[in-house]
Amino acid sequence: MSKFSVIGKRVHNVDGPEKVTGAAKYAFDMTLPNMLYGKILRSPHPHAKILNIDTSKAEKLIGVKAVLTAKDTLGRKVGIWRRFPELCDEEILCSTKVHYIGDPVATVAAVDEDTAEEALDLIDVEYEQLPAVFDPMEAIKEGAPQVHDGVEFNINVTRHIEWGDVDEAFKRCDHIREDRFYCSSQAHMCMEPHNTVASFGFDGKLTVWSSTQSSYYTQVLLAGMLGLREGDVRVIKPHVGGGWGGKVELDATQFCASLLSMKLCRPVKIVFNREEEFTATKRRTPMYYTVRLGAKRDGTLLAKEVRVITEGGAYTCLGATTLYVTGFFSSFPYKYPNYRYDGYRVYTNTEPTSAMRGFGAPQATFVGESQLDMMAEDLGIDPMAIRRKNGMTPNYEIPGQAYIQSCGLHECLEKVEEEIKRQGKLSPNHGIGVACYSFVSGGIFNWFDTPYAFSSAVVRINIDGKVDLYTGACDIGQGSNTVLSMICAEELGVHLEDIRIHAADTGTCPPDLGAWASRETLMNGNAVKAAAADAKRQLLELAAAKLGVNIVYDLDIKDRWIHIVGRPERGLSYYDIVREAIRGKDGEMVIGRGHYTPRRKGMVSPAYSFGVQAVEVEVDPETGKVKLLTATTAHDSGTVINPLACDGQLEGAISMAGGYGFCEDQPMDNGKILNPSIGDYKVIRSLDMPKTKILVVDTYEPEGPFGAKEAGEGLTNPTAGAIANAIYNAVGVRITDLPITPEKVLNALKEKKKKEST
Amino acid sequence: MKKELRLTVNGQSYELYVEPKTLLVEVIRNQLGLTGTKRGCESGVCGACTVILNRVAVKSCSVLALEANGGEVETIEGLAKGSELHPLQKAFLDYGAFQCGFCTSGMLMSAKALLDEAPNPTEEQIKEGIDGNICRCTGYNSIVRAITHVAKGQI
Repeated sequence: MSKFSVIGKRVHNVDGPEKVTGAAKYAFDMTLPNMLYGKILRSPHPHAKILNIDTSKAEKLIGVKAVLTAKDTLGRKVGIWRRFPELCDEEILCSTKVHYIGDPVATVAAVDEDTAEEALDLIDVEYEQLPAVFDPMEAIKEGAPQVHDGVEFNINVTRHIEWGDVDEAFKRCDHIREDRFYCSSQAHMCMEPHNTVASFGFDGKLTVWSSTQSSYYTQVLLAGMLGLREGDVRVIKPHVGGGWGGKVELDATQFCASLLSMKLCRPVKIVFNREEEFTATKRRTPMYYTVRLGAKRDGTLLAKEVRVITEGGAYTCLGATTLYVTGFFSSFPYKYPNYRYDGYRVYTNTEPTSAMRGFGAPQATFVGESQLDMMAEDLGIDPMAIRRKNGMTPNYEIPGQAYIQSCGLHECLEKVEEEIKRQGKLSPNHGIGVACYSFVSGGIFNWFDTPYAFSSAVVRINIDGKVDLYTGACDIGQGSNTVLSMICAEELGVHLEDIRIHAADTGTCPPDLGAWASRETLMNGNAVKAAAADAKRQLLELAAAKLGVNIVYDLDIKDRWIHIVGRPERGLSYYDIVREAIRGKDGEMVIGRGHYTPRRKGMVSPAYSFGVQAVEVEVDPETGKVKLLTATTAHDSGTVINPLACDGQLEGAISMAGGYGFCEDQPMDNGKILNPSIGDYKVIRSLDMPKTKILVVDTYEPEGPFGAKEAGEGLTNPTAGAIANAIYNAVGVRITDLPITPEKVLNALKEKKKKEST
Repeated sequence: MKKELRLTVNGQSYELYVEPKTLLVEVIRNQLGLTGTKRGCESGVCGACTVILNRVAVKSCSVLALEANGGEVETIEGLAKGSELHPLQKAFLDYGAFQCGFCTSGMLMSAKALLDEAPNPTEEQIKEGIDGNICRCTGYNSIVRAITHVAKGQI
């Protein structure tokens, strides 16, 4: 029997009934009385000076209520790395210079969208075009155009990670490989576009409903850009139609709708169209990788040296974090005694690059897992054996960087290997490829410089025993509302239906940094657990007195029954004690508070998930087309709070990561994205989806709530590498740049044939 | 110049006046306030706006409202009968066949149109039936499982 009453049950999401009936409301669905519609005028040039903006014709158009430009702002720049003012580099409405095709220059509010659109055509912007640079390898050269003035070689951020003695270790290696890889971009392509309804009142207070991954960040960054006090900005996150890292930073819908609303004292709504979604938001960071890997003859990995240059695009965004995370995860999930990473993020005149599901780790894992298979082949060692030999184990420490407590990597390897063996001999042109992965359970880095605890929660028990849970955690579809409600119910000893969650409204909920880097289950889960424990303690104090319990006994609540642990028949009704506790507190509700900030867990994350994935592909040697047939994944996510949601996260990650591996791409011509529509941007659809098998490895993470850690985002990491390895095993060609298109496979096959015949 | 539009939506008849360029999705969302139907791509590709028009699943962003004149429209709001969920809705809950929920209304309407036409579809037919609906969250397999179980009469 499970030691848990609520946790571990396959339950549908608490907001499911709303979502399957169309009742769930997104900011996208909102209209307010007297509301106006906003639009944004964008730069057609990748790099140009703004000489003049004439808005007079647009202002005269009937139905137009305001046309605003940088002149109407405080002239501040926004950035999510608030600790580093030089990295706050985005004006949102450009004043003197545009940095990419799509950079906003003006915004309009009108009575309807058509009028606002028409007004955009009437705004006259005089530009002086400047030489532009699109590739980071060009931008880093002497004499390249300067994307931002005064930034030498366009180097935006550098990161260095090092431990051990890398140079000395390479001398001891029996075999060294040096390889280059290219990791492409990817669009978040949330089904709900970025959108915001902003309403500024005559009371001087701003209320914002927005499709965001962090209502707290939105509140703080908006207040900063608009010159308001944080407390005068209330951000409410309704249901959100996907985020994946694309809705963490302040966006132009939030800023421009608020600016217009402040000017007009009327609600303003801005929704990005699909072209704006693809060309003028953020995207996955493309990376050039150079990696040296050294090993002993027996497969022991001794040293690794990684150099990465990333295409930063026009602004810093979360790209600085991505640069760190990719370097950190290039050392995972193996025990490299000697490791060195140097990363350079380079500004270019392209759409900014930032965080996307996996945060730089999918790139690192594609590179690392491809090269590990190459190394294993050189040494004549089985790819599984080299992984077993070097894989991380529990209680492993990377000095100064990470303390890994739970780690089920070896169990995952075992399970996947068994599965592969069971499959037996493959058909011709079929291949199986394997990749290991790990990921964070939230980030420790506080570049945002929040003075608050990373997560907090309040639990309020009503007279009838019903529980209101208040948290800043943001459910963007991943199911945190359900997971947190389950944690609350488990700790408090009540049922899931006793909980009503109120989340992500900065006006009523305590702050939480939001849904990024897989942080809500562990970090907010710990805060919720602590808040529920605080409320429970207040009930148990009274119950202990009433029961006259000997001090050596402990009390707990299960199934709404307060009882002596070990003697469950001796107890009291939860309902009775709640009523009496409130009476005893002079009528005050029972309120529990909890918060969590990771400490003494290194620099990166309080806990790490691990896993292994094997994919089977079929390659058509005539066309180069790759078909993804199966994806088998063993994962260690600690205690799984809601297995139904966890499975959904894992399967969903495969579709997104598979897309990254072989079909999603954003080709550009002089900084212009050539496929800015859902029709032209190819994602995996139902018919392309492989058969999925999920194997759970049972571990317990001491730092997580009830032993839980990350699930779902990490699984975006292994797939591209596993696909590359599977293709190699199927037809003997090694593709080192993403995405692995039929054209690349076909060319490599031709090349291989040529080599074999000479 | 606005023109008269007669529509039956979820069994309720409406008389409306719309511009010739008005799309069916705009009437459903903006004039009737039925915001369960979403818009994802504005180009008939993503399927978030799928409704059933005269028993056929259509992308309501690709149908002019006046083309639907005299027609019968079913939207997600008409799927449950009172407080009783449709079997597909129950199955979507039980199989976790949604996450962010933005594609879910369109997905459910495609699934309903499929089962109305072919009550015993093969797995391949189910996949084909929802191939016009993009889901960025689930990876589709849970959706296919949910529809399969309804088709087999297990819910």
